[in-house]
Amino acid sequence: MNRRDTGWRLWLRFAIALGVTLIFAFPVYWLVAISFKSPEEVYAYPPVWFPQQLDVSSYLTLFRDGDVVAVWNSLITAGISTVLAMLVGTLAAYSIVRFRTGGDHLSIWIISQRMIPPICVAFPIFLLYVSWNLVDSYVGLIMLYTAFNIPYVTWMMRGYIQDIPIELEQSAMIDGLTRWQVLRKVVMPMARGGLFATAVFTFIFAWNDFIFALILSKSEVVTYTVKVTGYFGSQSTFWSKISAMSVLGVLPMFVVVATMQKFIVRGVSMGAVKG
Amino acid sequence: MLKTLLDNDRTFRYLLVAPAVFFILLIGLYPFIKLIIASFQNISLFDDIRSFQGLLNYERLLSDDRLWHSIVRTLLFTAVALPIELVLGYLLAVLFLEKIPFKAALISIILLPTIISPIVAGATWRLMLDQRFGPVNQIISWLAGTDVKLLWTVSASLVWPAILIAEVWQWTPFMFLLLYAALSNVDREQLEAAQIDGASWWMTFRRIVLPAIMPVMFIAVLIRALDLFRVFDLVWTMTQGGPGTATETLSIYAYQMAFREFEISYSAAIAFLVIVLLTVFVVAALRRVEVSR
Repeated sequence: MNRRDTGWRLWLRFAIALGVTLIFAFPVYWLVAISFKSPEEVYAYPPVWFPQQLDVSSYLTLFRDGDVVAVWNSLITAGISTVLAMLVGTLAAYSIVRFRTGGDHLSIWIISQRMIPPICVAFPIFLLYVSWNLVDSYVGLIMLYTAFNIPYVTWMMRGYIQDIPIELEQSAMIDGLTRWQVLRKVVMPMARGGLFATAVFTFIFAWNDFIFALILSKSEVVTYTVKVTGYFGSQSTFWSKISAMSVLGVLPMFVVVATMQKFIVRGVSMGAVKG
Repeated sequence: MLKTLLDNDRTFRYLLVAPAVFFILLIGLYPFIKLIIASFQNISLFDDIRSFQGLLNYERLLSDDRLWHSIVRTLLFTAVALPIELVLGYLLAVLFLEKIPFKAALISIILLPTIISPIVAGATWRLMLDQRFGPVNQIISWLAGTDVKLLWTVSASLVWPAILIAEVWQWTPFMFLLLYAALSNVDREQLEAAQIDGASWWMTFRRIVLPAIMPVMFIAVLIRALDLFRVFDLVWTMTQGGPGTATETLSIYAYQMAFREFEISYSAAIAFLVIVLLTVFVVAALRRVEVSR
């Protein structure tokens, strides 16, 4: 490609790119801005674009009323289920790749589980959980998120493990390592990038879940997504609570993504190529 | 010989897949079987009768206008949103392939919408589109020169555009990221050769660029199509399917039937229908990939 990178073309491109970026960023800014507005500013007409001072009363209300526990609940359920799904899914992927366990059928059956829309199995799962007394519990949500993420983890890790040269494992076994040691000391370190990238997405899926949390939580284990939608009332809508809770719920995502950025970009493109 | 050493440990290999299979059987297959059984029964939450009634629920599917309307709505929404996201994502990717100052920073900011929960995206756009306190109507008023108060999430003619804006805003960056990665891998020398040979933009695109990005594009479209087909969170936050049933998508209808009207057996029949439709669609789509590979 002939690149004329000098002068006005460069700056024109920059101006367009900046404009597009602002359009995508503005709604996020608006959400954050509302969470820091005073009640008068939230309900000001015409709308105020820049809060006069940082008013943290929306957040203080959430902490005082104990609503922030919803963010904690999301962290616990998404976090533990991610660890479990990664462990179970990676082991399965290793077996499928190295031993061709179940041939193509097993891996296709596993990935097909991911296709089913949550709402379709929501009611049977609800009934199951009622009889097992798991409604409104950590264990219930963690089990569910784990089960729903295992297919994704298996599928993704399959691709990463395929890339590890089998000779490495063979020589490790000649050196007298047991199979478990090969897994722990050769395969896991080699697949590190893939493990991180997959874990980030697994965490995001569990974190963003709304349907299951809506159906399976009542009062004890309410996740943040359910809490946010709960603030939308038919009579009064609590804008400041909605925005503050949303920001608290989005913040962990930003932190995760920012720290894992290099793994994610690779993970996304690889996952797409490998499918 | 070494190969067989690695390949031949039966207990070990089944031990490794056992937990995954156990979890999926428990939470995937068991509910699925339960669902199929329920769809032939007559269960409601209020009386504990579980008599089988044959295909009655499935017959009801055929004449349920509300169901078919929700399916058509969902398909239409997918058919409109997906091409917009694809084209906008592609244009953005092309733009960012060029040299741009602060490129990495701009890209991370553009990706923000995709990271946040659909629930929060819905909430954010309800704030943005609020008739009185939202900035969108304010900007439109500036441009129009008069006070405009569009009832975005309330009036029947504006709810779909409102949801579409939120959807496109959230998922265009996803398309952009995938296509950007794919386009970065297109062979530069081939492009230059085509340019020297005087190939038109369209020819270059069709013969070189498109084949190179096809696999990624296909998967991206498939992922988004499946997500759009079961769209729930975003629509639920923005309109709850209203006004009336104007934005009732398939997932929302299924939810209403199961958890608001407690038509358990009938909702099971709906769920089974959806799973069958999706399976047919995905199998057909994946066949295509196999063939094209």
